[in-house]
Amino acid sequence: MATLNSNIPSGPLAEKWEHHKFYTKLINPANKRKYKIIVVGAGLAGASASATLAELGYDVHNFVFHDSPRRAHSVAAQGGINAAKNYQNDGDSVHRLFYDTIKGGDFRAREANVHRLAEVSVNIIDQCAAQGVPFAREYGGLLDNRSFGGAQVSRTFYARGQTGQQLLLGAYSALNRNIANGGLKSYTHAEMLDLVVVDGHAKGIVVRNLQTGEITRHNGDAVVLATGGYGNTYNLSTYARGSNATAIWRAYKRGACMANPCYTQIHPTCIPVSGDYQSKLTLMSESLRNDGRVWVPKRKEDCGKKPADIAEGDRDYYLERMYSAFGNLAPRDIASRAAKTVCDEGRGVGETGLGVYLDFSAAIQRLGEGKVRERYGNLFAMYQEITNENAYQTPMRIYPAVHYTMGGLWVDYNLMSNVPGLFVLGEANFSDHGANRLGASALMQGLSDGYFVLPATISGYLAGQNPGKRPTTDNGSFKEAEENVQTMTKRLLGNKGKRTPDSFHKELGKLMWEHCGMARNAASLEKGIKAIGNLREAYWNEVNVLGESNDWNQSLERAGRIADFIELGELMCRDALMREESCGGHFREEYQYTPDDPETKQGLVNPGDVKRRDDQFAFVAGWEYAGAPDKAPILNKEPLVYEEVKMSTRSYK
Amino acid sequence: MKVTLKVWRQKNRNTPGSFKTYESPELNENMSFLEMLDVVNEQLANRGEEPIAFDHDCREGICGTCSLVIDGKPHGPHKGIATCQTYMRSFKNGDEIVVEPFRAKAFPLIKDLVCDRKSFDRIQQAGGFITVRTGAAPDANSIPVPKPDADLAMDAAQCIGCGACVAACKNASAMLFVSAKISHLGLVPQGQPERYKRAKAMVDQMDAEGFGACTVTGSCEAVCPKEISLDFIARMNRDYGVALLKGDPKAIKGGGAG
Repeated sequence: MATLNSNIPSGPLAEKWEHHKFYTKLINPANKRKYKIIVVGAGLAGASASATLAELGYDVHNFVFHDSPRRAHSVAAQGGINAAKNYQNDGDSVHRLFYDTIKGGDFRAREANVHRLAEVSVNIIDQCAAQGVPFAREYGGLLDNRSFGGAQVSRTFYARGQTGQQLLLGAYSALNRNIANGGLKSYTHAEMLDLVVVDGHAKGIVVRNLQTGEITRHNGDAVVLATGGYGNTYNLSTYARGSNATAIWRAYKRGACMANPCYTQIHPTCIPVSGDYQSKLTLMSESLRNDGRVWVPKRKEDCGKKPADIAEGDRDYYLERMYSAFGNLAPRDIASRAAKTVCDEGRGVGETGLGVYLDFSAAIQRLGEGKVRERYGNLFAMYQEITNENAYQTPMRIYPAVHYTMGGLWVDYNLMSNVPGLFVLGEANFSDHGANRLGASALMQGLSDGYFVLPATISGYLAGQNPGKRPTTDNGSFKEAEENVQTMTKRLLGNKGKRTPDSFHKELGKLMWEHCGMARNAASLEKGIKAIGNLREAYWNEVNVLGESNDWNQSLERAGRIADFIELGELMCRDALMREESCGGHFREEYQYTPDDPETKQGLVNPGDVKRRDDQFAFVAGWEYAGAPDKAPILNKEPLVYEEVKMSTRSYK
Repeated sequence: MKVTLKVWRQKNRNTPGSFKTYESPELNENMSFLEMLDVVNEQLANRGEEPIAFDHDCREGICGTCSLVIDGKPHGPHKGIATCQTYMRSFKNGDEIVVEPFRAKAFPLIKDLVCDRKSFDRIQQAGGFITVRTGAAPDANSIPVPKPDADLAMDAAQCIGCGACVAACKNASAMLFVSAKISHLGLVPQGQPERYKRAKAMVDQMDAEGFGACTVTGSCEAVCPKEISLDFIARMNRDYGVALLKGDPKAIKGGGAG
């Protein structure tokens, strides 16, 4: 059994981080350069961590599978980044951001981590502004804000609809500066395929050069994974096509626990699926819900009509009706589930009946088309390009899609996994968003982990490691890991099946959406686990991977990643089956509020809202690999102990 | 609908390549161009032929990974749209579509339609940053930026680094890309201390990478998926000129207290 000790510092919640930074051991400047740190990934978390660690004087080696560190999918985040600056004087504070995030995550995040995130949020904005990130400004030259879901204050900073891109380019510029200074080495087209563990500590990685196929070993005093989330397990998602779980999954297979894998975020405002050929789903930023009103027809019979022909009185603005306090800005999990509910009732719109309207006519009347264009022009243009419809004239059609994974590798307060020396940042870890992430909080967490948290905590681990004494790459564990990678490559290329890797990915995606999607139940999850297990076996019998190993081979790259997605999908279902409660994005049909519950009668929740079971499930599930994909994984639990906040019914009414 | 594809296939940069013709299966006009290639590749793989290598990632027009010259135009027929957001409804049933990689000396070919654009990273490493240590930043609102400057900086900063500007240019010049980067940082107050040094370093690296000169034909602006304006090139030229006139600033006396 693994030990999951959260290592939360003692003391009052608001003082933990300051105290912890003081009591964490430091490394003297002359010794820092003797420590080599491997960072995998260069999204917001990976790039900011690499740059900051290099700046501190560590010898940093950054690896990305992309052709450039600027391509990571953080680049696609549209809406913004939260920070408790209270520049709007609307009552925001560190404590409010902390509380909104804890509540938004349905009381399943780690309290101390979330408080630290809120504290650090203000420094992130300062840092990015100093780097020249062109945030939106007011006429006086000061920073502008917008609102996002799950909050009643305006605390989201943004750069048009391209906030992620601009923040990533900021972190990338910091990375470049350190490459230029010689303290950071960047490896591109370099995919991590195994983690090397020596005497129980993470001490290196095995990498495939995607251009030449060459497999190389890299040693380090610590390994940092910032490789993003695993939403592509569903095949169709708002993730980039290349986003994958291979780095975290291979680390899992080397002993790192996977925490809460069933916590996935289904984003309410995406462009609906149009056909079987589809490769990805496109998000329409949540910021649109600032001014857009979500509705469906009140009567099924009206669904086929043009939206303009449906009278105002025949429209059901269901979010405003069900959650009057937050209305169209209800958190993502709630808005998604509500969309599913109205579509299940037969009131969905569009060809497939799986769509709801996001209507801007009221905003255009109120503000004028020019103002709406200024705020969301690029999103409207993107919508038109994809759907061939003009959203200034007719409402957008949207439907929920997989967007983010709150689960990830388990980490303690120092962001270190249960494998000493292995640190995990950003979406790849599990710690800050609980069972549902609020909008504009992913960018905040990625940069918080990378710029401010890891650089302060990693010295605590390194201080216990002798400088300059890391294992060399001819150590037996490196050899074994490289052989493991070579064997898998040979097995994939040598298999003479009849099916393409992508056909398996599509099949996996359908199984996941059906059994482990927006609504889950025990019987269906059990079916899913069986079906995915069968798919895993079929994969290794029937897959056919073309091309060679010593060449640019995208089929081979994908084949390895899909093998991992299949195994991970099975674990997600197991976790969802184990968690016999509903919370945030994890909705178990068996556990929902009924009209007879006291909370419903008091008006706190609606019938059908998620119902947690704090007495039994207030814990983090850390799954441990049992040595083979067909062996049931071992469940470890980290109890969620809240010192300050009381776990209460999450109400947005 | 169905189309005929004439696609550049090349095993690697040391092996000569050639155009190969493929008939697409039945397509849907709501497919993206890259989804069409996925479908064609799936068909090739099922026949045991190696799929066409092409670069792509986010498929929402922001990561800058996708490339392709479609019917002679980088990123295909539409203005201000990357290949990944080009849809098959832009083509007609029975069309023959020619698909080539981006071609430039500074973008060596990797395979089929994939080329190596790391030269862009090296230009950025030469000076595309503002020197600020993590944690050393003042409060964000202590540096006001006039809204028009911030907006113009953002216009430049939206460059996705795809390289279409280079592919479209008869001289394979990277001036639009480099000028966007230089202008973004040169327009905000935070970027002033290093403004001229940055412009010189980045232009020098651009030249060293083997990109061509600019003759202001504007083909770069015409194909840019983010519609980056040619005006930024003028801005870069001015900063570069000032940098040359100023020379490297030198302290009158070297060193300080130990």
